[in-house]
Amino acid sequence: MSDAEIIGLSATEAAAEIEAGSLSAQELFEAYRGRAASDRAAGEGGLNCFTWVAEDVPDGTAPAPLGGIPLAVKDLFCTEGVPSQSGSRILEGYLPPYTATAVSRLTEAGATLLAKTNQDEFAMGSSTENSAYGPVLNPWNRERVPGGSSGGSAAAVAAALAPWALGTDTGGSIRQPAALCGIVGLKPTYGSVSRYGMIAFASSLDQAGPLTRDVTDAALMLRHLVGRDACDATSLAFPEEIALPSAERLDGVRLGVPAELSGASTGGEGEGIEAGVLDAFRASLDRAAELGAEIVQSISLPHAPQALAAYYVLAPAEASSNLARFDGVRYGLRADDAKDLLDMYTRTRHDGFGAEVKRRIMLGTYALSSGYYDAFYGRAQRVRTKIAEDFRAAFAEVDLIVTPTAPTVAFKLGEKTGDPLQMYLNDYCTVPMSLAGIPAISIPCGLSEGLPVGLQIAAPAFGENRLLDAAHALERAIGFDSSPARR
Amino acid sequence: MARELSAVLDHIAKIEELDLDGVAPTTHVVADAMPTDPVPTHPRLRADEPRASLPREVALAQAPAISGDGEGFLVPSPQA
Repeated sequence: MSDAEIIGLSATEAAAEIEAGSLSAQELFEAYRGRAASDRAAGEGGLNCFTWVAEDVPDGTAPAPLGGIPLAVKDLFCTEGVPSQSGSRILEGYLPPYTATAVSRLTEAGATLLAKTNQDEFAMGSSTENSAYGPVLNPWNRERVPGGSSGGSAAAVAAALAPWALGTDTGGSIRQPAALCGIVGLKPTYGSVSRYGMIAFASSLDQAGPLTRDVTDAALMLRHLVGRDACDATSLAFPEEIALPSAERLDGVRLGVPAELSGASTGGEGEGIEAGVLDAFRASLDRAAELGAEIVQSISLPHAPQALAAYYVLAPAEASSNLARFDGVRYGLRADDAKDLLDMYTRTRHDGFGAEVKRRIMLGTYALSSGYYDAFYGRAQRVRTKIAEDFRAAFAEVDLIVTPTAPTVAFKLGEKTGDPLQMYLNDYCTVPMSLAGIPAISIPCGLSEGLPVGLQIAAPAFGENRLLDAAHALERAIGFDSSPARR
Repeated sequence: MARELSAVLDHIAKIEELDLDGVAPTTHVVADAMPTDPVPTHPRLRADEPRASLPREVALAQAPAISGDGEGFLVPSPQA
């Protein structure tokens, strides 16, 4: 098979070719390794997707069922003996002594570690511009961001520098970059994938999931990711096996369109949803109706307008606590010539953290400070309860909820870096699902200004199989052409 | 940065708009909504049994500085 034919295969197709003997795991790995290594060598002259690329092609055969499919992994997953810095200078030179459960589950199923992907520092960002490794570029247009924080994973899959990738989502960090890069991204039910070995950002929200070329690949990866892990006390046993999706119709499926997240109440203005995004979103609702779905416009998520505010209390508060461990003592960077212990802590954190991380640590420590805890963190956790109740009430009326994934298409590099609040508003439509802990997927649904638009579909907790089936049917009907990004 | 933080704090004030009397705070967002054990999906702590931890030399291997006897992390004095 030629390299062009090889990279034209989805991960599921490549696994089938290996199984059939028409493609070897080594050929597949080398095709991708060569592409990834070229991008890594080009640095910011390429897409800058990677922080590390494997040097050797593995010998021998990888176990079924994944048969050696190369896997790109977001930098924040600990990988034994392989650099893992969560996009931060403060973890310079860190080689973890163990591997994250999500990664080891995939390698035990036969995936092979191809590369580590660039990301916003500690997953804080929506554009992958906050990385110690420099920004990632969008393969659809190199003057645009790929979204974030899993921007390296999304751009690598879109450009076929990796067949599929592992990312993490705290408030939209899988779904939003998937949308901006024209690929599929799935945030599973909170607790269904172990967080053990993920360098923590906000522990009550962080969840690992697939970034893939199509919905079938997302299902295949998820199948091998889910499950209870004794090393993560918040992890849950997934109640059923993840099936590969087969649905081609949506007969009888009730799709709810919440007014608060779809531009219905304000013409998009309140949510900042662009006209071109709304057009693509509404066209996909028409496709869904043609497939037999019932579109229910009357559902409401009344607390969704408060979701982003609650998120920007909870996530920074948890981050400020989680990031206290980076103090120059046990791993990573230590500032030289400190005059005493406190000076060493202060200078290490001053030198090691970027501006956005410092901003969130300050917000978080403020929200958790004595006398403010109840007014901020306690209150935000109560808002969170109301948001989860909103979704439960909505799912009594409909099977799935659909919204645009992101309010805009990929924006220009540097366009929003000067205004943190504008950057945070990218997550307006994805944060409510994160707070409610429910699964949500983004699939490409069209183009606006020549750039991809994402459709978000959300389901009740543990509803991944229904979610994937509906996404599969819609993916077929929409017929999005992702090939322009794969040059 | 003060101006940026003020803008974010102004946005965060939206959570004060709501009446939240009697609303319980979320702990585990998925498990909160589920019946308690013995439902198998409910989170539970593992048995409290001793098990091997990382060997000392592996735990110390990534440290910027370790003590001369190789037994601990080395840091500057708290009051130099």
